[in-house]
Amino acid sequence: MTQFVWLAILLPFLGALANGWLAFRRPQAKGLVSIIGPGVLLASFALSVAIWLEVRAGHGEATRVLLWQWMPVTDRLSIDLALLVDPLSTVMLLVITGVGSLIHLFSVGYMRDDQGYARYFAYLNLFVAFMLILVLGASLPVSFIGWEGVGLCSYLLIGFWFEINANSDAGKKAFLANRIGDFGVLVAMFLIWWHVGTLDYGRLATQAPAVLPYAGSTATLIALLLFLGCTGKSAQIPLFTWLPDAMAGPTPVSALIHAATMVTAGVFLVVRTGVIFALAPVAMEVVAITGALTAFFAATIALRQNDIKKVLAYSTVSQLGYMFLAVGTGAWAAGIFHLVTHAFFKALLFLGAGSVIHAMHGAQHAAHVHGDAQDMRLMGGLRRAMPWTFALMGIATLAIAGVPPLAGFWSKDEILAAAFVRGGGNPVYLTAWILGLLAALMTAFYMARLMSLTFMGRFRGGEAMQPHLHEAPWIMTGPLVVLGVLSAAGGMLNLPAFAGGSHHLEHWLEPVTKAAAPYMDVLEMPHGMVEILLVAGAVAIALAGLAFGLSSTLKSEPAAPGAAPPARGLVRLIEGKYFVDEFYQRTVVRPTVWFSTTVLWRGMDQFLVDRMAVGGTARIARGLGWLGSRLQNGHVALYVSLFAVGAALLLSALVGG
Amino acid sequence: MNAFLASIGYEHWILHLLLILPMLAIPLVLVMPVRMARWIALVVALVELVLGLGLWWAFDPSNPAMQFTTDLPWISAFGIGYRVGIDGLSLMMVLLSLITMPLVVWSSWRSVDTKQRGFFALMLALKTGMLGVFVATDMFLFYVFWELLLIPMYFLIGTWGSSNRLYAATKFVIYTFIGSLLMLVAIVWMVTLVGQETGVYSFAYDHLLNNSAVLEDSGAWLFVAFALAFAVKVPIFPFHTWLPDAHTEAPTAGSVDLAVILLKMGTYGFLRFAVPFFPAFALSKTVGLVMAALAVMGIVYAALVAMVQPDLKRLVAYSSVSHLGFVILGIWGSTVESVQGAIMVMISHGLSTGALFFIIGMLYERRHTRNIADFGGLARVAPMMATAFVITAFSSIGLPGLNGFIGEFLVLIGSFGRYPWLVALATTVVVFSAAYLLWATQRVFFNRFTNPLNEGIGDLNMREIAVLAPLLVGMVWIGLYPGPILRRTETAARQYIEWVEPYLPATPSVGDATRGGRR
Repeated sequence: MTQFVWLAILLPFLGALANGWLAFRRPQAKGLVSIIGPGVLLASFALSVAIWLEVRAGHGEATRVLLWQWMPVTDRLSIDLALLVDPLSTVMLLVITGVGSLIHLFSVGYMRDDQGYARYFAYLNLFVAFMLILVLGASLPVSFIGWEGVGLCSYLLIGFWFEINANSDAGKKAFLANRIGDFGVLVAMFLIWWHVGTLDYGRLATQAPAVLPYAGSTATLIALLLFLGCTGKSAQIPLFTWLPDAMAGPTPVSALIHAATMVTAGVFLVVRTGVIFALAPVAMEVVAITGALTAFFAATIALRQNDIKKVLAYSTVSQLGYMFLAVGTGAWAAGIFHLVTHAFFKALLFLGAGSVIHAMHGAQHAAHVHGDAQDMRLMGGLRRAMPWTFALMGIATLAIAGVPPLAGFWSKDEILAAAFVRGGGNPVYLTAWILGLLAALMTAFYMARLMSLTFMGRFRGGEAMQPHLHEAPWIMTGPLVVLGVLSAAGGMLNLPAFAGGSHHLEHWLEPVTKAAAPYMDVLEMPHGMVEILLVAGAVAIALAGLAFGLSSTLKSEPAAPGAAPPARGLVRLIEGKYFVDEFYQRTVVRPTVWFSTTVLWRGMDQFLVDRMAVGGTARIARGLGWLGSRLQNGHVALYVSLFAVGAALLLSALVGG
Repeated sequence: MNAFLASIGYEHWILHLLLILPMLAIPLVLVMPVRMARWIALVVALVELVLGLGLWWAFDPSNPAMQFTTDLPWISAFGIGYRVGIDGLSLMMVLLSLITMPLVVWSSWRSVDTKQRGFFALMLALKTGMLGVFVATDMFLFYVFWELLLIPMYFLIGTWGSSNRLYAATKFVIYTFIGSLLMLVAIVWMVTLVGQETGVYSFAYDHLLNNSAVLEDSGAWLFVAFALAFAVKVPIFPFHTWLPDAHTEAPTAGSVDLAVILLKMGTYGFLRFAVPFFPAFALSKTVGLVMAALAVMGIVYAALVAMVQPDLKRLVAYSSVSHLGFVILGIWGSTVESVQGAIMVMISHGLSTGALFFIIGMLYERRHTRNIADFGGLARVAPMMATAFVITAFSSIGLPGLNGFIGEFLVLIGSFGRYPWLVALATTVVVFSAAYLLWATQRVFFNRFTNPLNEGIGDLNMREIAVLAPLLVGMVWIGLYPGPILRRTETAARQYIEWVEPYLPATPSVGDATRGGRR
């Protein structure tokens, strides 16, 4: 089946075409769309499972599937459209098509009443096709098709309800922030090709160490440029501001693109090009500390958000930070492990939030109440109306908070352990570890707060709405149940020895990660007493955070929107999201627009070039014309003689002058 | 296919037929009833396209020499001949012209309602001129075609343009005419110099090229004269200010022709004449740096200026300046990859900018405005137009998988070895190009529907779909499978690089960690 891996891409692509056609021709044929949209995904998932089994049978042997020559430019630059099936891409393949299928199914219920139902599935299918190209690409340029393609779909889906200006703004912002990162990826590709002579992952892994000196400036530069791309795609400092805005899209989109798959592409890329990062220890430190800082700061912002999706958005930024902390320590498998478990529990949280919003929206509609369906201050007590959603989101909350034995506990624990080990001899990693611990505490807190505000206490949305609150239909809760099971048991993928496991995922990825191994210090994971202490500490932090979060919100009800006095000091800073957006607006966006308008366009183009240079030339020409008109005084003899002289000059020049 | 083409002697008559057919049709347009004018133009364009497509197969990609050549005496006394022929570069430009023409004629079906005879006659004249420029292998013949284009373009803008058309048309003519005059002087001077040395006075391209060593002493002056003519046409910063005016005021057909073909004549001129004739000067370290810097300046500068344009056409015009900068950068990047990329950008820019101008023209026909502020939320009332525009915009932005990426990527990666810092600077345009096009897209097609005048604009009709569809298909096709084109242009690019190689300051090589990327 591995040879047919392209079908996994082609199917969603054809789905996108079919749904796109339906969007124009039969926008009301929702039944057909509901079959095509999730259907192609399920087929892709089935194929992925078959491929996974084959890779497993082949002990992780990589297979390169050549589709056609993409850019056969010269002997030294010939880029194939080729796919790479190996343990890493197989993991991604399963997550994308698996979680993707569930989210597609959920969308059937969630988007049922939307005008743009077919268009929605066209975009969503197209997204999956590009995401699969990203992870399956056998070279940087091929992955780059997917890399930018998912950006396109993200743009289209964030701005899905394009008639609201803020949504269109958010879509554009996302694409532009991503493009800043893509600048880095492009220049990195140029550097790699001129230095290593290939852009193919396989050859890169073997040839890069031969030409790029360890800790040399070139390797560092390439790694940092690649990482710039990752900060864009995976919403890390300094390019994270687009992700919270991206919540403008439909909630299943947030689950699929802005939590489970696309935003993790940066982590994937670092692992994919791990050799180059391993050759650049400074870049590794940058990756780790950026990840840790992002994990920390995003978590602080999540503490004070009142929009349920915004909390989850900052939580995603924060969790992505953990993944970068992991890969920055060289714990590649831990990064991928957290990527997978996060895909489970964060998709669950977003879809659960989607159910809540769906219910709130429906109730508002039925009761003719106008309000924000995403504001947690207007929720509360929803556990009675939505027991399934409550229970399943509860599982996800425990998972992300790091309560054993749920999925998030294992993956987060491994990341923190790796940072702790590296921190032994390196203050950068030590700082990263401490930031990671603090972020873990806050994670538990803001999640408990979210659950409490949403589901506990009394309903604050008004009497009128209360009777209209309902659990979502089975097509929505069904996928939640599956994700709930995965969030609970996902840790099985990579259980450590003390829990009776054998680090299955880590061994699975070894054929990929071993290329970088010779250039990294071995991560001696702690054993015995230290290990027990670390684990116990992590559990204590998680429980403490949960307890704080619950107690602080259960004791006093939140003020109604607009009723609270304006915050001051640190709280104001956090509620204002550190005013990063405002900062960028003032220092980058507005100056650029001003400079382009006033200096370049009006000043340079219109004044200097057009008025002064061209206008000046025209005046000179007019002067000459005046001189010429003096000569045109009607003396035919003069004309003729001038003409004769000119012609003679020209001829004599021609004939041998 | 090839056997069939050979059996009908295709290679002997095709170029002449392509050149003469539009000319023969002009009197027909002028004498037949007015309503027939557009039909004649369309039929000629389609016949030419069908006939010309054979070139794709008949052309031998592995043959480095000019193909389909003819050499007939014309003004023998001065060594002027009717000499034509094509290589991979001209092949692509000829095909691009052939494909554009029916679309342009068809797009003008309704929009041109005054002086139709004149309009379509001029379109035909334009066609001969465009093709002639790309197939001429005689400097005099080339010059004739080059100037021939100026006249119909002037009238197209000046007669069928919008409000400020006369200013724009005059600016266009003055700018390009000054450049061309210098080129004529340079051509004559060149022929003289070579003649003195070899005793053969001939305007034949081959003859001049093979004896171009003679020109080295005067290379600086000659190059500057040629370069000025071409730089205006491309246009290279700071000779670009005629373009926004010309583009904006021209009717759709004129804008498209300008963007797709006429600008490429400038870059074609650099690749075919200005650099190969005077490589020692053109590729010297200083001149190379100046040209590359001007190219990058144009790329970034024009993108920034495009971002703040209130007029859609003006925005796209500036985007053209930005894209064409890539071609210049690729030429001076001086690797086979970068030159291949430059040719690819020439083709891709034609498709995407052509399509953008078509769509803007369709909007203009409906609303008689190009002001971005007059629109908003159009995706609701014109979803197909919105889709076509978004696809085209992303093609222009350089989304990989669509055509725009291939050329820009090859130019950048190919030129990086020689000008790493400049290329890095040029690469920042991926942000700005997205900024100007997405911002425009948003303000025209997304956002709240505010202007009630837009309510009845209606979506694309069948004719408009038919005009845009070939371009959209081309974008995807080139984006995913550019191989057939790259293979047809590779020999030309390689030939060019081999010719100029001895004059390059130092050629960086790939995979050499000590030298690559830095000199």
